[in-house]
Amino acid sequence: MIIKFLVAAVLAGAPLLFGTMGEILNERVGHLNLGVEGMMSLGACGGFMIGYWTDNLFLAIIAAFLAGMMGALIYAVLTVFLMADQNVTGLTLTIFGIGLSNFIGEYMLDRSPQGTLKLPEHISAQLSNIHVKGLSDIPVVGELLFTYNIFVYLGVVLAVILGYYLFKTKVGLNVCAIGENPAAADAAGIPITQLKLFNILLGGGICGIGGAYSAMIICGGVWISNCVNGLGWIAVALVIFANWSPRKAIFGSLVFGGFSVLKYYIPKSLFQLPNAFYDALPFLVTALVLVMTSIRQSKDKAQPASCGVNYFREER
Amino acid sequence: MSSEIKKEYAIECKGIRKTFGKVVANDDIDLTVRYGEILALLGENGSGKTTLMNMLSGIYHPDRGTIKIGGREVCINTPKDSIGLGIGMIHQHFKLVEVMSAMDNIVLGTKEKRLKPKVLKEKILQISEQFGLEIDPEKKIYDMSVSEKQTVEILKVLYRGANILILDEPTAVLTPQETKKLFSILKRMREKGNAVIIITHKLNEVMEISDRVTILRKGKSMDTVMTAETDEKKLTELMVGRQVSLSIKRPEVKDRKKMLSIEDLVVSKADGTTGLDHVSFDLYGGEILGVAGIAGSGQKELCESLAGLMKIDSGKVMHNDKDITGMGFEEMTQAGVRMSFVPEDRLGMGLVASMDMVGNMLLRSYRNNKGFFVDRKPARQLAESLIEKLEILTPGVETPVRRLSGGNVQKVLLGREIESNPNVLITAYPVRGLDVNSTYRIFDLLNEQKEKGVAVMFVGEDLDALLELADRILVLCHGKITGIVDARETTKEKLGLMMTGITEEVS
Repeated sequence: MIIKFLVAAVLAGAPLLFGTMGEILNERVGHLNLGVEGMMSLGACGGFMIGYWTDNLFLAIIAAFLAGMMGALIYAVLTVFLMADQNVTGLTLTIFGIGLSNFIGEYMLDRSPQGTLKLPEHISAQLSNIHVKGLSDIPVVGELLFTYNIFVYLGVVLAVILGYYLFKTKVGLNVCAIGENPAAADAAGIPITQLKLFNILLGGGICGIGGAYSAMIICGGVWISNCVNGLGWIAVALVIFANWSPRKAIFGSLVFGGFSVLKYYIPKSLFQLPNAFYDALPFLVTALVLVMTSIRQSKDKAQPASCGVNYFREER
Repeated sequence: MSSEIKKEYAIECKGIRKTFGKVVANDDIDLTVRYGEILALLGENGSGKTTLMNMLSGIYHPDRGTIKIGGREVCINTPKDSIGLGIGMIHQHFKLVEVMSAMDNIVLGTKEKRLKPKVLKEKILQISEQFGLEIDPEKKIYDMSVSEKQTVEILKVLYRGANILILDEPTAVLTPQETKKLFSILKRMREKGNAVIIITHKLNEVMEISDRVTILRKGKSMDTVMTAETDEKKLTELMVGRQVSLSIKRPEVKDRKKMLSIEDLVVSKADGTTGLDHVSFDLYGGEILGVAGIAGSGQKELCESLAGLMKIDSGKVMHNDKDITGMGFEEMTQAGVRMSFVPEDRLGMGLVASMDMVGNMLLRSYRNNKGFFVDRKPARQLAESLIEKLEILTPGVETPVRRLSGGNVQKVLLGREIESNPNVLITAYPVRGLDVNSTYRIFDLLNEQKEKGVAVMFVGEDLDALLELADRILVLCHGKITGIVDARETTKEKLGLMMTGITEEVS
């Protein structure tokens, strides 16, 4: 039972992990991007449709990445170059992303002969949980580690790589400096605009992959409108829970994934709680985390200081 | 540095012009610095010093004119270009990442691979030893004092191998001892053949450290003189454009009345640490009580707790045997204390930056207004009379105060407070960042109040000014009073020692 619950938590947490990593990359360069939900929706649409047409998982993931990146590009042009307000731009991107992906989805549904869009068999097989002979059969450990779909492993590897990128490399140090104090970074000769663009676009792409996960796996390979369904917002909250660290995001998304499937694993005979309570749990925990961080007042473990504020060198 | 290079100018600016919209910040400026020389750049607020230096460090780009570095004409488009040319700038407001260690700040943006912390630490300590700097490379910036932060900034520049160093008002936040240390470092850099440009308002520092002085006035370069051939008076004239008396008056007031007596005051800082630690003193009408101390020694807590803005943990504030501890503004007025407070953060706490002068006057006087609607007429008259009386430079009473220069903002704030006819006037760093002209005007205003019998508290950082202006000086260190001395009988050195915690007999 517990193992089943943990496995389900991992599977439910995977899209959150992608969204969280994407947002961490954004916030680390001082850009609070509230468009995660939108970028995930775009990625969901791009990934699903390409998968539907080509029956090729690799192309589908690339398409999801590019679609998310396209959303991020809009955001980057508006906030980095045109100095638009980050909150407004992010919210607009969310509305735009959901709207566009639903529009394309409806259009495709209308034209499909059966009235539904279902992923072809080959790609569906690739998306199912892996089974490695020997390894997956080990009791407990094997079940916990080697029975997921390919996205899960991709997410964990990516989180480890991003953690190394942000905290162990010179570029990462420069990136973090931008998020904390862009004026200081600029004066130190760091190419701010390039690094901001790189991070925002990469982050958008990663969000896109998370969207593809929810469209292709959570929704069971059938196109459903609004398939991301608020995961992007939980990801934004998870960034705080994960302390702006991609590696801690692995744990965070596991916890939040667990919350989202908790309702299926707590027997109704034990607690009579409405489902809405479980849906609200992740947000309750986020609120608690926020309270705790503000009580702790640690300067190291706080949001990058310049987050939400655009930087213009010649501003007086 | 070979002698061949030494003959060249390190920096040669010719005909530099820079405009911001309609405002001409720099107009046809010429400036030269040699290797192995310290050049002081002198000028009033808004004379274009910082703008000029920001062009050298790549923050702005000049509209016209040429810049030569080491004899070669260059185009500086970004801070990166500037660093590449060997220019290192230490900005007035430090450009450091607070949450990172000194080490990380120093290597930020440099090209080489990330070194192992141990190797890097060694390298940094080696450089600091060379120049007699003291630093803990692993300390986080937010744990550092102002002078430590400055050391990190200097190391940042040295680490990059800069041979041209620009410092924008580096001494504004330092104690006399720290200033001395900084100057000895600068002198050592000069000996090593580096070029140094230092911006400062303080004439005695110009005389002490520089080889030559370039004076800017209203965006134009007025003159460049050898320091050895000039004096403070001549420099002031060049800077202001007319004769200015450089002595601060200290009128004697016979009839001093005890206004407030503070007994055993304990106040916590916002983060819960001790702000004021059992502070007791008296404040007299007809005197200026100077308050000195290293930044963050409890000055803010002292001002704000007296002004009724901060919670007092224990202790008493008495006025004529009446306990006014913890009273708000209105209660205090009823008790006979007409409190005026000119805070350090003029545009944040003192005035509403985006409101015009009339609106800001109203903030203080709207209570006297009868009826439902606000009558703006008296406030407008007050604003207009202040502009005339205090020579405030502004396009009009309707201009948002944030558009005014520092000196004029301060005049608006202080003028408003004085018009409310206080008997206790608390001022925190009222002349910080102000040029000579405005500074003296503010001092005159404070003296006028003192002669009227107002109790004036003056929190300051410029010890020279405190010594000349104040009657008594109270020194704070870590929230404790380390001495209350007669300003006529003490010296800068003694104050400096008290500021670092060495207690003097209380007089």
